[in-house]
Amino acid sequence: MRDAVRTFLEHECPPKVVRDAWTNDTGRSGLWRRLGEMGVLGVLAPEARGGFGGDYLDLVLLFEETGRAALPEPIVEHAAVALPLLDNGRVAAAAAGDLTITVVPPSGLVPYAAGADLVLYDGEFVEPGALSLQPHESVDGSRRLCATATPPSSTNVAASDRAALGVAAQLVGLADRMLTMTVDYAKERQQFGVPIGSFQAVKHHLANVALALEFARPLVYRAAWSIARSDDARSVHVGMAKARASEAALIAGRVALQVHGAIGYTTEYDLHLFLKRAWALAASWGDAARHVDRVGRAILDTDMTPEEQ
Amino acid sequence: MDLTFTEEEQAFRAEARTWLEANVPRPALPSGDTREGFALHKEWERALFDARWAVVSWPQEYGGRDASLMEWLIFEEEYYRAGAPQRVTQNGIFLLAPTLFELGTKEQRNRILPRMASAEETWCQGWSEPNAGSDLAGIKSRAVRDEANGGWRLSGQKTWTTRGAFCDRLFGLFRSDPDAERHRGLTYFLVDLHAEGVTVRPVERLDGDEGFAEVFLEDVFVSDRDVLGAVHDGWRVAMATTGSERGLTLRSPGRFMAAAARLADLYRAHADHADPTVRDSVVRAWIDADAYRWQTFWTVTRLMDGGRTGPEASLVKIFWSELDVRLHETALRLLGSRAELVDGEDAGWMKGWEFSLSGPIYAGTNEIQRNVVAERVLGLPRR
Repeated sequence: MRDAVRTFLEHECPPKVVRDAWTNDTGRSGLWRRLGEMGVLGVLAPEARGGFGGDYLDLVLLFEETGRAALPEPIVEHAAVALPLLDNGRVAAAAAGDLTITVVPPSGLVPYAAGADLVLYDGEFVEPGALSLQPHESVDGSRRLCATATPPSSTNVAASDRAALGVAAQLVGLADRMLTMTVDYAKERQQFGVPIGSFQAVKHHLANVALALEFARPLVYRAAWSIARSDDARSVHVGMAKARASEAALIAGRVALQVHGAIGYTTEYDLHLFLKRAWALAASWGDAARHVDRVGRAILDTDMTPEEQ
Repeated sequence: MDLTFTEEEQAFRAEARTWLEANVPRPALPSGDTREGFALHKEWERALFDARWAVVSWPQEYGGRDASLMEWLIFEEEYYRAGAPQRVTQNGIFLLAPTLFELGTKEQRNRILPRMASAEETWCQGWSEPNAGSDLAGIKSRAVRDEANGGWRLSGQKTWTTRGAFCDRLFGLFRSDPDAERHRGLTYFLVDLHAEGVTVRPVERLDGDEGFAEVFLEDVFVSDRDVLGAVHDGWRVAMATTGSERGLTLRSPGRFMAAAARLADLYRAHADHADPTVRDSVVRAWIDADAYRWQTFWTVTRLMDGGRTGPEASLVKIFWSELDVRLHETALRLLGSRAELVDGEDAGWMKGWEFSLSGPIYAGTNEIQRNVVAERVLGLPRR
């Protein structure tokens, strides 16, 4: 399934699709129903209701692919946050992609609200027209943001954990994509008569990205596993995953830009599409510092031991 | 991917925990990298061996339990959780033994492994030379054929030999073909340090222990039965060992999880007067240890399904060695102006900090490891 989604997105969501989403009406890819057909939107929905019947490990593997492609869709909001809260009557339509549901995060900045059918706000599904929405522009031109008049007054911890997990998986995919792009570039780009990837300074930058990624990804898988079995410490595990995935994507982007040099600093080149998505997602649903703080409250203000987590 | 422990694994953990709680020496032993500490550590190793905890992953015939990799990790978690001593046998058990299992003869395994596991015979490694460190292929110590006696005559100098002053035997590479260069013409020898012609000079390390040694060899006889693998094939044989050194077996996550838990305790004890920004570093050290644990579980799951470790092991070596430095640095920040004290109850942190600084240097510097990652994991061109 993961491989099928990767292949699908390689063909159907190349950088041109992401780039077009910056300027089209919706900011989206046009692939929503096909993602429904493949089972990606309904990954958590039971098969009896037209879903894939998967668990959270399936979810993070698929979301990693949506991150790798920088798929411009509210898929975390829809498939990871809203769908498990939806009444049974609407699950099939959500899984099929006949509906688009987005979610107002604690910041009050909601992506893709204008074209959504439903918005999850303070625990209620409402139509976007029922909210007072102020459009904003994101650094990532495909993320069509609106601000609600007031941020949500309450936090659903389980829903926030699912959101942070989904975004963490996307950040791992983004980091991996930027690393791959940059390694490919460093093998090809010649200066002083040799590929720049043969210089030790460049090698060490890229090794550091591989390091961040290698030790972020297992934390994302573990957090998914903890949510799947309702582990008592699942929020702590999600915090670790989101913190490390955010950091991995940020260092991947920073190094990618530096190694590409001036070409990476143009909007003609594709790197900026991934870089700006990484900036936006690294801070959404809690940045690394916020999640480290959350982990700290759990481990330092209690007597938890590493084996017990 | 299944991340739950089986009932057998949980029972194994409980058995290890019970035995360790009853048997770990209290108070803690002095450093094993000193002469008196080394002798006490050998007694502890013998107790471990007698209870069949010394080499859990080895076959039963050599004193092990045929434990799976996952069980080995569980044992390591329990070992360090219990505050048990460092393993002075580790270079033999974790570096030489995997090579013996892979490339040694039955006779070598039978003769060497049980005595290694029980610490009757302790081993040190002889890789580095004064002019061959990161560039290990620059080895100059030589082996000359002694056909009459059925063996070889070794001459030259090995250096930075950890615990070389106390150990009984050394494994290392020597140039057996004087006309061959670099990686070719090397042979892997097992050398008796008590043999005629061997001089060992202890060298005091940064942390004050006599943990290092220089080993001088003058015409030292080594029999053919102490050649490991094929003659002139030593580089390949040695790489089998460094693969396990960088990878799974040198530093198990349990060690860093235990250190992170001790750091959290230290934070709680000092939180009211510590620099408020240090809290963040404490949490990050904990997350590092946890990330290492789960990356290891993930790798072990792959290995148990028939995979192998490769150059990814270099990522692991970079990660644990740098996490160890950050963790100890954080502890010293918590201790503030008392961090410099090397007596009293918190002295272990300064000692640990000094030791952690060796991590990015030994077993292949982290600069070399980053080159390996770039070239062999990411596929960037060599020069």
